[in-house]
Amino acid sequence: MKNIMIIFLLFSLVGHSKTIEVCSSCKTKSIQVAVSKAVDGDTVLIKKGLYKEFDIFVDKSIHIIGENNPIIDGEKKGYVFKIQADNFTLSGLTIKNVEQSYTKDYAAVLVMRSKNFRIENNILEQVFFGFMIEKSKYGIISNNEVSSNAQKEASSGNGVHMWHCKNMRVEGNKVHNLRDGLYFEFVSHSFISNNTSYKNLRYGLHFMFSNNNEYHHNEFKNNGAGVAVMFSKFIKMHHNTFHFNWGTASYGLLLKEIYDGEIHHNYFEQNTIGINIDGCTRMNYENNHFVRNGWAIKFTGGCYLNSFMFNNFMNNSFDLSYNSKLNDNKFEANYWSDYTGYDLDKDGIGDVPYRPVKLFSYIVNQTPETLVLLRSLFVDIINFSEKVSPVFTPDDLVDSKPIMKEIHDKY
Amino acid sequence: MLKILKYSIFDLLRSRWSYVYFFFYLLLGFVLLFLNSDMNKAIITLMNIIIVLTPLIGTIFGIMYYYNSKEFTELLLAQPIKRSKIFMGQYIGISLSLTLSLVLGLGIPFVAYGLFKSAAIFDFTLLLVVGSFLNFIFVALAYNISLSTENKIKGFGYAILMWLFLAVIYDGLFLISLVMFNEYPLDKFSLAATMFNPIDLSRILILLKLDISALLGYTGAVFKAFFGTAYGMFSSMGILILWVLFPVLNIIRKSNKKDF
Repeated sequence: MKNIMIIFLLFSLVGHSKTIEVCSSCKTKSIQVAVSKAVDGDTVLIKKGLYKEFDIFVDKSIHIIGENNPIIDGEKKGYVFKIQADNFTLSGLTIKNVEQSYTKDYAAVLVMRSKNFRIENNILEQVFFGFMIEKSKYGIISNNEVSSNAQKEASSGNGVHMWHCKNMRVEGNKVHNLRDGLYFEFVSHSFISNNTSYKNLRYGLHFMFSNNNEYHHNEFKNNGAGVAVMFSKFIKMHHNTFHFNWGTASYGLLLKEIYDGEIHHNYFEQNTIGINIDGCTRMNYENNHFVRNGWAIKFTGGCYLNSFMFNNFMNNSFDLSYNSKLNDNKFEANYWSDYTGYDLDKDGIGDVPYRPVKLFSYIVNQTPETLVLLRSLFVDIINFSEKVSPVFTPDDLVDSKPIMKEIHDKY
Repeated sequence: MLKILKYSIFDLLRSRWSYVYFFFYLLLGFVLLFLNSDMNKAIITLMNIIIVLTPLIGTIFGIMYYYNSKEFTELLLAQPIKRSKIFMGQYIGISLSLTLSLVLGLGIPFVAYGLFKSAAIFDFTLLLVVGSFLNFIFVALAYNISLSTENKIKGFGYAILMWLFLAVIYDGLFLISLVMFNEYPLDKFSLAATMFNPIDLSRILILLKLDISALLGYTGAVFKAFFGTAYGMFSSMGILILWVLFPVLNIIRKSNKKDF
């Protein structure tokens, strides 16, 4: 029994990690000094106060924790944290004033070649880039707030910027007034959820070449150009809200060269274009809500085998804009607020097929200037005559089973 | 003039048509807001109706009133009253009673549904202002037609044709010319073309306030740059006033010359 106690005590002495406190009246006054003192497994506890430090290099598995929101002021000199370590934590800090540059991507927190880390509950203000994560795996970035005062695209950075990462989780962050809120390039098998991205100059979310990711319960609003996603396969986007992305070059969601994706239960409200679809194939769009957009859906390039089912199209200026006479996409069982057909057998499915592409939307596609005639009586008349006997719009682009009542499915 | 104005308003009230018109708008307003209490959406729907209906009703009322009260007018002409006063009195009487029906008929339901607390109040006011202008413009145009045609049926036909032209055919020609001259810069042209049609002008004015401008792309930017500013707003209001003024002056000129 005694021996066991001694062994236990020995183990706990060896395995015990120490805590290094940093504050203006502590023994260690600088974060950099504390970090260099620490060994793997230690905790650096930063107490309330203002620390003017930059380029703090971390290469150990330590926990850097802020108590009562200490402020680290980078004084616009380079990076603030540069981390290359596995198993680290960074939490509870307020980091501000990161240098702007046209040649280097200065970030509040740069993480390189790291694994198993956790970055949470930080507030980043007046940053160039917020979190820059490169070639890393198994990281969690959660509940942070990143903001800046981006004025021009060229002189501003992204909130959460990931490059060549795998198995990451980005959750519950708030990113605003940056260039791109969330930016992912070559990121795979990651989950992006419950984030809010707003008032960014360019895109709320931007990803390219990022396969097998899942985006859900995010909110994107008032972004300069909405959300753009390109060149990716097997993505899932669901329960997201895209709204008020309103302007001459704005989209709710811009899809370019996306294959085999699932887009369901999203809510698109008051965007200039709800979804702009360019060269996307084998995509399923289900249970989405398109409310009061300029164009709910705009096809701009070769799109094949897409299927639209159980979506609500409500009060959009145009439900659908289509640029060719051939159609290989399926529209079935959607609710269209412009549908004027009847349902004699009362099975909830309209007896007359609905044609989502109006003649006017075809004309606007050819000659954009004609849009000044929107809501003119003449336009209503030609739309009606085209509806009766389609000449210009694709014959087979019909919803043969339009739903009579709005689909009440929680988005 | 005031006496004649008063007389024609009371005459219209007695004939009940302005009540019918008033109740129509009242019902429309309540039904729209009952079906959908979102005021912005109701305003878009109303715009569609006002743009088409006020010109039509204005035209028909104007022409009917002139032909119906022709005998009384001739009686008045025998009295020592200035001709311009008689016709102006009648014209303003009809326009005012129509405008009153419109403003009260739509105003009451919207106020009842809390217009003053909503942000849509400016859009709604603009809608009513534009609707009133359309009333004044189309009654004046109808009076012009009826003054120059003795034949009732002919006059009626011309008036309907005029409405049809401005509400439908004009836009058709506009559309065709836009499609035909696709390769030329068309923004200035389309700006000018909207000026020459009060219905188009009112439509664009309201649409831009409802911020459909973002859909318009480049042309929209040109339109927004013009109509969106205070200068553009005033000048388009000015053009609407001109649209009232010219036909009215023509009524005076014609009535002074006409041999009854």
